[in-house]
Amino acid sequence: MPEARGATLEVDNVTLAFGGLKVLRGVSFAAQAGSVTALIGPNGAGKTSMFNCISGFYRPSAGTVRLDGQDISRVKASSRAALGMARSFQNIALFRGMTVLDNIKLGRHAHLRTNLLQGLLHLGPAAREEEALRAEIERKIIDFLEIDHIRNKPVAMLSYGLQKRVELARALAMQPRILLLDEPVAGMNREETEDMARFILDVKDEWGVTILMVEHDMGLVMDISDHVAVLNFGAKIAEGRPEEVQNDPHVAEAYLGSGDPAALMRRLHAEESAA
Amino acid sequence: MIIGTAKETYRADEALLTTRPQQVWMAVLLAGLAVLPFTFNAYWTYLACLVLINVIAATGLNVLTGFTGLVSLGHAAFMAIGAYTVAWLERDIGTPLLLNLLAGGLLAAGIGVIVGLPSLRVKGLYLAIATIAASFILHFVFVEWTAVTGGSAGISLQPGTVFGVALVDYTQLYWLIMPICVLMVTGAANLFRNRIGRAFIAIRDRDISAEVLGIPILRYKLMSFALASFYAGVAGGLWAYFFRVVTPESFPLLTSIFLLAAVIVGGMGTILGGVIGALFMTLVPELLRFGVELLGPVIPNAGLILSPVRTIVFGALIVGFLVFEPQGLTEIVQRIRRFFRLWPFRT
Repeated sequence: MPEARGATLEVDNVTLAFGGLKVLRGVSFAAQAGSVTALIGPNGAGKTSMFNCISGFYRPSAGTVRLDGQDISRVKASSRAALGMARSFQNIALFRGMTVLDNIKLGRHAHLRTNLLQGLLHLGPAAREEEALRAEIERKIIDFLEIDHIRNKPVAMLSYGLQKRVELARALAMQPRILLLDEPVAGMNREETEDMARFILDVKDEWGVTILMVEHDMGLVMDISDHVAVLNFGAKIAEGRPEEVQNDPHVAEAYLGSGDPAALMRRLHAEESAA
Repeated sequence: MIIGTAKETYRADEALLTTRPQQVWMAVLLAGLAVLPFTFNAYWTYLACLVLINVIAATGLNVLTGFTGLVSLGHAAFMAIGAYTVAWLERDIGTPLLLNLLAGGLLAAGIGVIVGLPSLRVKGLYLAIATIAASFILHFVFVEWTAVTGGSAGISLQPGTVFGVALVDYTQLYWLIMPICVLMVTGAANLFRNRIGRAFIAIRDRDISAEVLGIPILRYKLMSFALASFYAGVAGGLWAYFFRVVTPESFPLLTSIFLLAAVIVGGMGTILGGVIGALFMTLVPELLRFGVELLGPVIPNAGLILSPVRTIVFGALIVGFLVFEPQGLTEIVQRIRRFFRLWPFRT
């Protein structure tokens, strides 16, 4: 979609507290337009809470989230789709009873104009809009993600890896300028992971969409991200290019409990060869 | 993909009826509806009208409960609003019939939005209780607001007239009710081919993702309530012209349960389900009564002995269908379709 240009997302000093429990403490980082940024950290570090702040399910107790310089901290979750923000969920949040095609079409909801009366008649404008939508989804999304063989299947019948791909398709149908991916390859085998990595890079290169992802698969993070931010216990402990973060003693300590980057590298390699 | 359904355009692929058998059956159904009053006697025409009115109301409730996932046990109250609006307009204002029906539907829709407001916070059984409460409040209004509703005595109507024709007998009423029913069911079916209907289903299946996709949940829930109430209001208006008397007892809580049962027995979340469910719930008691009459010569006092049995059989049938066809009667239709899809090559 040529009209979709990447947006810059800036998270500035975001704090999130549930009562006395501080889940995020003054976290700041940025996802530059048209890049892949990874948000990593051990379990419970606050990554998904950060995502929920960015997508509007939680309202930060302090700090701001800005999209292309515009403060969106107070914008309702359902209104962020129209601003060009799309997200996928850690545990797939597709509509299981619907077909792949209907799931993808739902992604475009915020950009469609059919109202209730036109919908009941389904003549003229409504029918034209649906037809154009179908044609565009077929051409740009279904072909692109190689899911043409399953387009009429109910989502519940698909394998886990394909469901993740359909969720990406639905997010792309939203014509996003920034895509938030919550663990896009969790639970996938090597082949599915490599497919997904290829799709994420293609989305970045061909669509120019900014990508922010939470991911535990360090191999994927190190391979495809341009920028990595590391959270631990709700605070940012490191940030930089993948190789910088890899060699940061704070990161090694957060993951291993000892500040030796070499140990972290050994463990990463061990994990990779085991996978 | 089903064999023999490849289409060359997206428009053809997204039509309401995509396979040849579907188109043929729909043509047969429409032709049947067109000749029904000529082939059957007045009693069956009367029953057909009743079925069609219930189809409209059940389809509305299906949009709300089956497709949007919001349980309502106050649907009869919206029928009552439509019926009272029509009766009042006929008695005091004298506006044209079709306008009265529209007004009945719109007023019901407006009140439906108010009744639907709690659906932002409560779901499932809690929402069902909230809608029952609303229907009791409305019942109170129907009884007490005597200047408009005529209190417990209700309102009697003169036969309605459309285009100069007085609707006195059941055949004339049939020609009013049938086209409206066909139009409204088609409208509901159309809705699920575009963004509005998809949003309803999305809210039912997973409201959090619906929100991320930019669907304002409260607005769509209220839209669903308005639409369902509009259908109920129009059905109630037709009911008023059909029975020509509206009292507070015309639409008891039992009617709400009847409609919900129709949707569940027919099949939630399918347009065909609401239609078949209403047909089943309206006709089966009549057919059972017929059966009892047939047994009359064989068993003395059949009517006396068997009429309680009739009610039991009806109840048992509903329970039986819920146990053996939890997806509703439409599932039987689907199974027949699947059977004949590759017939006779695979059975």
